[in-house]
Amino acid sequence: MKKLMLAAAAFALTAGMGMAQTVRIATEGAYPPYNLVNDQGEVDGFEIELGNELCKRAELECTWVKNDWDSIIPNLNSANYDAIMAGMSITEERKKSVAFTQNYMPPNPSAYAAPAADVDVTQGVIAAQTNTIQAQYVAESGAELLEFATPDEAVGAVRNGEAEAVFADKDFLAPVVEESGGAFVWVAGKDDIPLGEGIGMALRQSDAELKQKFDAAIAAMKEDGSLNELIKKWFGEDSLLF
Amino acid sequence: MFASCADPKSLEGLAWLICYLASGKHLLFYLSFGTVLLLLAITAPVALLFGFGGAMASRSRIAGLRWFGRIYTSMVRGVPDIIFFLFVPIALDQALEWLRSRVYCDPSVPVRQGNEFIVCAAAKLPLSTSPEWVHQAYGIFLAVIAFAVVFGAFAANVLHGAMQAVPRAQLETAEAYGMTPRQVSRRILIPQMWTYALPGLANLWMILIKATPLLFVLGVEDIVYWARELGGAKTSAYSYPHPDWRLYYFLAILVFYLLMTWGSERIFDRIRARLSAGQAIAAGEALRKAAP
Repeated sequence: MKKLMLAAAAFALTAGMGMAQTVRIATEGAYPPYNLVNDQGEVDGFEIELGNELCKRAELECTWVKNDWDSIIPNLNSANYDAIMAGMSITEERKKSVAFTQNYMPPNPSAYAAPAADVDVTQGVIAAQTNTIQAQYVAESGAELLEFATPDEAVGAVRNGEAEAVFADKDFLAPVVEESGGAFVWVAGKDDIPLGEGIGMALRQSDAELKQKFDAAIAAMKEDGSLNELIKKWFGEDSLLF
Repeated sequence: MFASCADPKSLEGLAWLICYLASGKHLLFYLSFGTVLLLLAITAPVALLFGFGGAMASRSRIAGLRWFGRIYTSMVRGVPDIIFFLFVPIALDQALEWLRSRVYCDPSVPVRQGNEFIVCAAAKLPLSTSPEWVHQAYGIFLAVIAFAVVFGAFAANVLHGAMQAVPRAQLETAEAYGMTPRQVSRRILIPQMWTYALPGLANLWMILIKATPLLFVLGVEDIVYWARELGGAKTSAYSYPHPDWRLYYFLAILVFYLLMTWGSERIFDRIRARLSAGQAIAAGEALRKAAP
């Protein structure tokens, strides 16, 4: 048994040098259109398609892992997986614990959605997903912050009347507002707030080699326009491009 | 799944609902009930084994073993379950990976680097190259250990009490026949203690059933994960858009748990009747009087 394990380990070590290495990428699977679990029960979305393409270009073998948003950074640092692609905005605070590649989405606006357009978002109760730049923004705005584990629950809180408005990425909220049949509208003058430095892939700070590979792949995709094509496919024609 | 479900947007009413409930995501939801049952089926005997070990240890004549048994039962029972569920899997995972890293990796490289815990690729558990089901199974394995440690401590306490409750006269009689202490425990003590232990163990089983949603906390995709995932409002980014249906999904889970506990109650009633026959306890006495 032990010999077998040693042989397997030796194989894994040598295999790692020659062949493509396996990279496990974590995503939340609850943030359409960035990442979602489709009706076949598989992860799907903009980041999944982009991630697979990046891995192909970097000659890496990638598998996807679902992980709760709340513990997604600690589990990266304890090496349960090797990268995060979960609509994570690049911020100074996160840079202290993880390393980011260059952004693969330009800094997208965030927006407030509420049952009425004249809600005063600087006071009252505002719902947002926990540990996001939006939650931080709400906390600093003077309003009372109500945090939820998933963005969907934050939207649900406004429907139930627990919160007066929800603050999230505009791309995530847009279909919610459009399909709500008037239950949600953009808050006047508060539907285009730029936050963060764009969305990037998070890696362990010690993984400089992997970061370099992904950085190169993202740069190549920006250059040949294929990244813009992908953004248009998932976010519509009038979204921000590189 | 069905051919008629190829284009969900064109369906309405019952046909839509059938296709919706037969989507791949729902099949995973139904399978996750199996995960919960599997966890129960593995955890219950393992926890009983831990409990038995703990109870025997705390009755041991060897002081070290006795102290170990007592400290295990009182310490684990004194700490909130959720802390153990968060602590045991992480601690166990890191301990195993650390041990493997000493064998497979360069021992001069520390596993803790800043806020990171890293071992080399060969020492990862499971290996990064393993298929996803291995990762899932490993998660369930860690969960089983966490459940067994916590529920084992309670079971140890119940079994210890049950052993004390066996009438001393029975054991003395056995000793008078010249049985060794080992024979006394095997032939007299253990067969008789079950009837005293059963109410406590039945209670623990109920609590164990009710504690299974903690799997969700451990990142295993159990019924609570899928209910929340499926129930959340879906926009047209999905094939089956619907409003917030979490209420109905959680209702289904509620019914499942009620059925589980109700069924268990029935089974325990039967075992209780069986074990009470011929015993010098109130239930045994009632059986004797009822007999014609």
